[in-house]
Amino acid sequence: MSLTVEQVKQRNKDLIKEVLEVYPDKTAKRRAKHLGTFEEGKPDCGVKSNIKSVPGVMTIRGCAYAGSKGVVWGPIKDMIHISHGPVGCGQYSWASRRNYYIGTTGIDTFVTMQFTSDFQEKDIVFGGDKKLEKIIDEIQELFPLNHGITVQSECPIGLIGDDIEAVSKKKNKEYNGHTIVPVRCEGFRGVSQSLGHHIANDAVRDWIFDKAGDKHPEFQTTPYDVAIIGDYNIGGDAWSSRILLEEMGLRVIAQWSGDGSLAELENTPKAKLNVLHCYRSMNYISRHLEEKYGVPWVEYNFFGPTKIAESLRKIASFFDDSIKEKAEAVIAKYQPLMQAVIDKYRPRLEGKKVMLYVGGLRPRHVIGAYEDLGMEIVGTGYEFGHNDDYQRTTHYVKDGTLIYDDVTGYEFEKFVESVQPDLVGSGIKEKYVFQKMGVPFRQMHSWDYSGPYHGYDGFAIFARDMDMAINNPVWGLTKAPWKSAA
Amino acid sequence: MSQNAEKVLDHFNLFREPEYVNLFENKRKEFEFMPPDQQVEEVREWAKTEEYQAKNFAREALVVNPAKACQPLGAVFAAVGFEGTIPFVHGSQGCVAYYRSHFSRHFKEPTSCVSSSMTEDAAVFGGLNNMIDGLANTYNMYKPKMIAVSTTCMAEVIGDDLNAFIKTSKEKGSIPAEYDVPFAHTPAFVGSHITGYDNVMKGILQHFWDGKSGTVEPLVRQPNDSINFLGGFDGYTVGNLREIKRIFGLFGIDYTIIGDNSDVWDTPTDGEFRMYDGGTTLEQAADSLHAKATISMQEFCTEKTLPFIAEHGQEVVALNHPIGVRGTDKFLMEISRLTGKAIPAELEKERGRLVDAIADSTAHIHGQKFAIYGDPDLCYGLAEFLLELGAEPTHVLATNGGKAWEKKMQELFDSSPFGKNCKVYPGKDLWHMRSLLFTDPVDFLIGNTYGKYLERDTGTPLIRIGFPIFDRHHKHRYPVWGYQGGLNVLVWILDRMFDAIDANTNIPAKTDYSFDIIR
Repeated sequence: MSLTVEQVKQRNKDLIKEVLEVYPDKTAKRRAKHLGTFEEGKPDCGVKSNIKSVPGVMTIRGCAYAGSKGVVWGPIKDMIHISHGPVGCGQYSWASRRNYYIGTTGIDTFVTMQFTSDFQEKDIVFGGDKKLEKIIDEIQELFPLNHGITVQSECPIGLIGDDIEAVSKKKNKEYNGHTIVPVRCEGFRGVSQSLGHHIANDAVRDWIFDKAGDKHPEFQTTPYDVAIIGDYNIGGDAWSSRILLEEMGLRVIAQWSGDGSLAELENTPKAKLNVLHCYRSMNYISRHLEEKYGVPWVEYNFFGPTKIAESLRKIASFFDDSIKEKAEAVIAKYQPLMQAVIDKYRPRLEGKKVMLYVGGLRPRHVIGAYEDLGMEIVGTGYEFGHNDDYQRTTHYVKDGTLIYDDVTGYEFEKFVESVQPDLVGSGIKEKYVFQKMGVPFRQMHSWDYSGPYHGYDGFAIFARDMDMAINNPVWGLTKAPWKSAA
Repeated sequence: MSQNAEKVLDHFNLFREPEYVNLFENKRKEFEFMPPDQQVEEVREWAKTEEYQAKNFAREALVVNPAKACQPLGAVFAAVGFEGTIPFVHGSQGCVAYYRSHFSRHFKEPTSCVSSSMTEDAAVFGGLNNMIDGLANTYNMYKPKMIAVSTTCMAEVIGDDLNAFIKTSKEKGSIPAEYDVPFAHTPAFVGSHITGYDNVMKGILQHFWDGKSGTVEPLVRQPNDSINFLGGFDGYTVGNLREIKRIFGLFGIDYTIIGDNSDVWDTPTDGEFRMYDGGTTLEQAADSLHAKATISMQEFCTEKTLPFIAEHGQEVVALNHPIGVRGTDKFLMEISRLTGKAIPAELEKERGRLVDAIADSTAHIHGQKFAIYGDPDLCYGLAEFLLELGAEPTHVLATNGGKAWEKKMQELFDSSPFGKNCKVYPGKDLWHMRSLLFTDPVDFLIGNTYGKYLERDTGTPLIRIGFPIFDRHHKHRYPVWGYQGGLNVLVWILDRMFDAIDANTNIPAKTDYSFDIIR
């Protein structure tokens, strides 16, 4: 029944050939570079990445605005993020990413609100800089407790040549140094949301770090100060991560950017170590913090007990023995819980095959968590990964894993149809396609409105959710009884 | 450690455990530098005042929590209503990702739509090559019967000409010369999603009726007795269009639903993914020229389409999202007038049943004040129904409502004693609504999912009717049109009212004397 690795590789090859046949030649040639099979021992996954999507296909990718406003800046809770341009972008990204935070919304925190300059035709014709000035004035009047403002540029801003930098500087002076950050994250820039992450990181560098001075002199550092970088607190992920870091004796002085505040961004250069979860979206700022402030950074992975224990030890290795001991104590403390979770769910999930297609870090990071439950990843790919993501992926995947970069809707359907996984993990746009096909599915961007999935507390939820998806009685109902006999 | 393998705690309960509460407190105290509680409380109270409202309503530039989306979303909504049709959005790809997600979150269904994936080079040189390659890829891969092209703000700002681009693509062999590619320019900085619906609907009819952009002779109208039906942008399109078909079936008339997206957003789970399902056929779209008349359920959604149809010789009838008894009466009487067919006895009986239901329950609704927000036509239909229930639609707000809508709403208020203290708010947003709910409170709020923030902040119970509804499931499968639809809306309102009454009376030995079993 189960295929050998060589048979799998041959099947993948045939399958890729088959999906390419539908395209015009030029497109087939372009797409062929993004589809492949991981070969054990190779330095990467053998696919090209971070290249423009083919026009006219259903790419799952978003844009630079989505990367900046939707991912990096949006969760900074005490700042107001203006979706600068027409109404749509802000509307579609309004509160949909589940970046949990604590605060009084509309008074001192603003994450689940949609602030927009709602561009009209006259703004396109005459430019929107005057309007932006007025918007900032109105924000200052109506939301006096905001700690800062960002201007998230939508497509027209760059095209009509608005000078949002000049407006930001002017207003910053007028409001006694109030933080105002222009972000050039127009949607047409780059090939996906990935460039938006980079642009957003650069804006933090240029408009927060370089301008912060010593705003919070009362802030006293300790030798154990770390910053969580690249956790967006989807369903509370950063909280179930933070709790472990604190239990091992570290002091988390900033969270980026889920449940994050401006003060935390400003504190970060004082950290002793930056712990980086989403490498893709925040490696830029981590490198900058290292170069300019000498803060080292370390990647970690808090999905599933195996990777959590590895990561806790890796983080502890940057500190003294007391932290290393406490890290061991944390691992030991949660071990019985993890065993109980695995004992309960592994028998129900053992041997199940999974195909993934997600953004930033998840196409590789969650693999360990599935393996802790005895499940196997048979295909994975990134929406907006770069070559270094596909290098890192080699440490996670097995020989013969099907790899698909920037997969199109058509390819993904064909792959799933042929490989017949027991579970697909991807996003909202894919969810219902596969459920119609009778394939169990979990949204691996939003945790399907569940979560958290990070940390030990999160793994219990992750295991429960995978079980409820795969072993749901509904999948026994998809075929009418009078049909299944045929 | 509070997590438990036997009873897994997720975000609903996990973060209320003491160790997390402690974590939040420490984080706030040590690192966040948030304003002191007392200051937060002061500003919170200030934001409820008349003074704050005056400042809020004096806003000229800032928009906060608008109840509208952009044109291209409406363009996709209209295009998927045609058989085998894929919407092709000329612009940057991120927009399409947003439209697909937005619809999928509302309908809990896949939404198929492609983009020409324009990036920096297209911004400089124009998107012609993206169109040429894109149409070829879409045509080959998804094998659509029709590709309906619309634009984003990016393509509009750089001035890409769809007519010329499609023509060139055909000359270059991307798609056959005779292949149907209707188009409409749908800039996101003009109007809202309802404008996009209007533009694409007009664009598709224009394509079929007026000679397919000069490639064939325009059709010549040969009038028949058929009736066209335009639903407009409507979050209840699945339930509503099926109800409309049932009503037309009872009348026994020939009809065409133009842009019938009721099946594509309600496909079965049976092992097969249907990228296309149902829809108005291309033949029907062309033949609809010959119909006797076109009924639009939403006047403000069809501001350009209806005059276009009228110019081609048909009678047009514009309604305002009829909900309830009088709205449905008017709809049925128009059908009867246009077709010469009597209103079926069965529908008359249904009318009586809705009136019966209102008579049974109206005492609970009578005199209650409501705030409504949503698209202009939906607001009108809901307000009209509330007035006939004896309720007061006190604040009616449409971010995408204009002067004509304002006038029409005021006329509606003036027509009923219950409309005396009601006010209409065109062009305002949900942050304006928040102020209104504090300074001039109402008993209930009707609107889409985003109203849950208003419910939380102002304590006004929310009845979810509108688009999008993300946090409740399957409402879109029920009609709000017709007498059956009116009954649904009545029940949704009543259920929320009874829930509110129960929640207000459920403290044992304190308030539970009114915790009645019969209401």
